[in-house]
Amino acid sequence: MHWDWQIFFSDDGSGRTYWQWMMEAWRWTLAVAGCSWLVAVGVGALVGTLRTLPNSPWLVRFANVWVEFFRNIPLLVQIFLWYFVVPKIFPSFQAVPGFVLVVFGLGFFTSARIAEQVRAGIQALPKGQRYAGMAMGFTTAQTYRYVILPMAFRIILPPLTSESMNLLKNSSVAFAVSIAELTMFAMQAQEETSRGVEIYLGVTALYAISAFAVNRVMALVERSLQIPGYIVAGGTGGGH
Amino acid sequence: MLGFDFAFLSWDVINKFVISGLRFSAQLTVVAALGGIVFGTLLALMRLSGNKVLGSAAAFYVNGMRSIPLVMVILWFYLLIPFLVGKPIGAELSASITFIAFEAAYFSEIMRAGIQSIPRGQVFAGQALGMTYRQNMMLVVLPQAFRNMLPVLFTQTIILFQDTSLVYAIGAYDLLKGFTLAGKLYGRTEEAYVLAAVVYFVICFALSWAVKRLQARIAIVR
Repeated sequence: MHWDWQIFFSDDGSGRTYWQWMMEAWRWTLAVAGCSWLVAVGVGALVGTLRTLPNSPWLVRFANVWVEFFRNIPLLVQIFLWYFVVPKIFPSFQAVPGFVLVVFGLGFFTSARIAEQVRAGIQALPKGQRYAGMAMGFTTAQTYRYVILPMAFRIILPPLTSESMNLLKNSSVAFAVSIAELTMFAMQAQEETSRGVEIYLGVTALYAISAFAVNRVMALVERSLQIPGYIVAGGTGGGH
Repeated sequence: MLGFDFAFLSWDVINKFVISGLRFSAQLTVVAALGGIVFGTLLALMRLSGNKVLGSAAAFYVNGMRSIPLVMVILWFYLLIPFLVGKPIGAELSASITFIAFEAAYFSEIMRAGIQSIPRGQVFAGQALGMTYRQNMMLVVLPQAFRNMLPVLFTQTIILFQDTSLVYAIGAYDLLKGFTLAGKLYGRTEEAYVLAAVVYFVICFALSWAVKRLQARIAIVR
């Protein structure tokens, strides 16, 4: 076969080149992934924390149900639920743009996984940390805010990194509800131009670059938050 | 209830749309899990072989697969396989090949961890008995690695089952598609998606409960 990279600089019929369209699609992918990440980390941290509360069995139960619910339904089905079912139950959602619904879908889906990591991170801490907080006269909220969570978050940074990369990859599912992101671009441009290999190579490269960037940023965060004496990927560790 | 009407779900509809879709989803899951474990184990052995060429080839494949969204992999194979074999193949066959190739990358990481979890002494013991590399792997290391990793392999298989819904991208007839078609036919799109969610949830929840039980049993034996 022969290559035809010129395809990226030909007009797509609406006055922009396929290259410009692809860059726009990339921005959509990053926007979906970025916004979903904020939802996922926010909700995931909250739900994961609730699961470890010492004296609130109902909150723990609620958080466990949350995780089981969002973990056991395929992402694509969840996206369809947000897109078709939620607006039917709550008519006020009919005015909400598809982008926002996808952000919630992807964000909540990922929040269950992050909640699981947060719970594991909190439970990995020695019990003494909690007792230390109590000994200082901290309330439960203060113990979490000043003692437990700062440590737990550092512990879960490596799994959080791979979950963030998963989230970026999972944002491709947004094509199913016609968000104009990279996968959508790949499918449409492939159909229009029949230069599928070139188009797919371009899109695949952008996904790989984005995933790599996420990886580097998280590594940077990990290093800048590192506490001396603890083992961190890329750090020397040191210690006693 | 909130304007939902599930009355369209007769035995006829279940038979015609749901069962056939579920059968394909289940088939795809089993085929991809078995194929993925076989090829994944081979990839893991390549990476641990100490041979630089084999090792980096396997690493390149695994890392490459893991950095691309599954939907893109599905699209890639659907585009390339007809090109390579010279004639169009169905979405279903294409999906099976894709999932085996894709899952192999994920299963290889699990098997690699499993192999590395076997104490070196086991390998030395095999060598002391005069076993060849092949015998040592087949009779000593892999059975233990496989057993140790059984819960993780099953967990990955549950994720795989959920991921099979992504064959939506090439229009293969799976469980989700069955519900989608039934919903379209009876004008009950929303209800169909609710039912799909319920079915997926029940299956995945039951399976992960079973894995938890298995994990507890294995832990005691060990």
